[in-house]
Amino acid sequence: MTPNTRRAVGLALTSLTGLAAFIIIAMLGIILFNVVENGAGGVTWTFLSKPPEDGMMGGGIFPAIFGTAALTLLMTVAVMPVGVLTAVYLHEYAPPNSLSARFVRVAVVNLAGVPSIVFGLFGLGFFILFVGQGMDRALGHEEMYWAQPGILWASLTLAVLTLPVVIVSTEEALRAVPMDHRTASLALGATQSQTLGRVVLPGALPGILTGAVLAISRGAGEVAPILFTGAAYFLPDLPTHLNSQFMHLGYHTYVMATQSPDVEATRPLLYSTVLVLLLLTFALNLVAVIIRTRTRRKAAGSH
Amino acid sequence: MSLNPNAPRPKMEARELTLRYGTKAAIQKVSLAILDRRVTALIGPSGCGKSTFLRALNRMNDLIPGANHTGTILLDDMDIHDRSVDVVDLRRRVGMVFQKSNPFPKSIFENVAYGLRVGGMKDKSALEQRVEKSLRGSALWDEVKDRLHESALGLSGGQQQRLCIARAMAVEPQVLLMDEPASALDPIATAKIEELIHELKATYTIAIVTHNMQQAARVSDRTAFFYMGELVECGATEQIFTNPREKRTEDYVTGKFG
Ligand SMILES: Nc1ncnc2c1ncn2[C@@H]1O[C@H](COP(=O)(O)OP(=O)(O)OP(=O)(O)O)[C@@H](O)[C@H]1O
Ligand SMILES: [Mg+2]
Repeated sequence: MTPNTRRAVGLALTSLTGLAAFIIIAMLGIILFNVVENGAGGVTWTFLSKPPEDGMMGGGIFPAIFGTAALTLLMTVAVMPVGVLTAVYLHEYAPPNSLSARFVRVAVVNLAGVPSIVFGLFGLGFFILFVGQGMDRALGHEEMYWAQPGILWASLTLAVLTLPVVIVSTEEALRAVPMDHRTASLALGATQSQTLGRVVLPGALPGILTGAVLAISRGAGEVAPILFTGAAYFLPDLPTHLNSQFMHLGYHTYVMATQSPDVEATRPLLYSTVLVLLLLTFALNLVAVIIRTRTRRKAAGSH
Repeated sequence: MSLNPNAPRPKMEARELTLRYGTKAAIQKVSLAILDRRVTALIGPSGCGKSTFLRALNRMNDLIPGANHTGTILLDDMDIHDRSVDVVDLRRRVGMVFQKSNPFPKSIFENVAYGLRVGGMKDKSALEQRVEKSLRGSALWDEVKDRLHESALGLSGGQQQRLCIARAMAVEPQVLLMDEPASALDPIATAKIEELIHELKATYTIAIVTHNMQQAARVSDRTAFFYMGELVECGATEQIFTNPREKRTEDYVTGKFG
């Protein structure tokens, strides 16, 4: 290669990689700009605090905001303990390369690859028909109580969907806790569970919270898993029980985009809804990121 | 057996101890007594099994997958591998300080209090007393008394190592195992640790691994020379350094190899 061609190849590569990076940023920019431009005007207090009206051509989206937040919260409460405990089992208790650990890992990887609509069907079949009906029978409910779509089942379905994210990031976090700390703790006469509770988990906390962030931002935007398990087409009332149906920003967006009698009239509301969904996801992320930085600073600092 | 009633009795004793990682023996048929309230130095070239032997004494080798042993280790005539022995209990009686200082990312106070807390001590003033006593014992108190609640990671390397010694002493073990405790430290910090070992041997039985011959000569009463997984010779430090029985010992302590 002559110096000139070498320079040309270098230049071409630089431009190519730069272009790729630019395309990503541009796409994000275009999406955000489009959503903000068309949706920002519609995001008023009334819009945020009122239920939909006029066959979804007016009013607000408060029940959907509330439903999404409640759903995500329940999901987090369900997925974190299970995910963290699984990762702790894999990394701290199971002998390395044991058959059971390998089996769980394969299951986790496969779970992560399942299309989200399949989780919806799984939720319907397992939680509602199997667990729900079983509970109704066991608890002696005359009419369906648990064997119907509701926020509990939807959040559990989402929890199953986000489980791999939590397990993988928790395991990563556990791996990052120096072996030295475990050894030091055990050498001081701590039991394995004391070592886990006092040294390993506190050390892994920032990473575990990262897992929570990822799970929340994934879960808050998923629609397919909740289609058959609890999301309501239109329901001005807020969910009050674990078996209540609920409105959801993502599903509401889908409904407005496809089921509206007058697409033109619904479009501004649609944009505003999408903007709120994006903001909610960002806000949830932000909260978790702040918690994470705090604990990380605290871990590095005095305690 | 000596008839002198003042002669120190063995605090710990290995009998025909063989330790393997998988099938590969790291130490072979080692019989060695660690005398009560004496400092025993373990010396020998890299890879000869000093750390392996030390870790066997408080069963830290149990944590290494594939490690297995034959032979016995006694602590005050009690077989430490006996089914009735609680390994957590054993480690409270036989403490350990590692080559690389490894303080927890917690405050200085919490580092020293750790062993006490996991042992169930809750009373705040009792904890404070013990922490102060241990920090004084490790000659660190004056340097840290105004910053007990700051992170231990802010200490210098030498201070961190003395903190780890304080942390190990806080649970008041009877035996203290030290694996090259000063190898990462500068001469001043090393001198402090050596001084400390001198003071500690009034109350503790100490086994220390070191690569530094002068250090072994300075701090220890007895010296054990390991070579390729075998215990070549063990005796009074002075005898090992001036009048060793074995040619290999002489070559090693005079620096001809290793
Ligand atoms: N965790 C382990 N797994 C397998 N083999 C090991 C392990 N630890 C040590 N060994 C092997 O056992 C032998 C003795 O190692 P050991 O660490 O006890 O030596 P050492 O005398 O402490 O050496 P050094 O002076 O370098 O610290 C070496 O051959 C080493 O490779
Ligand atoms: Mg060693």
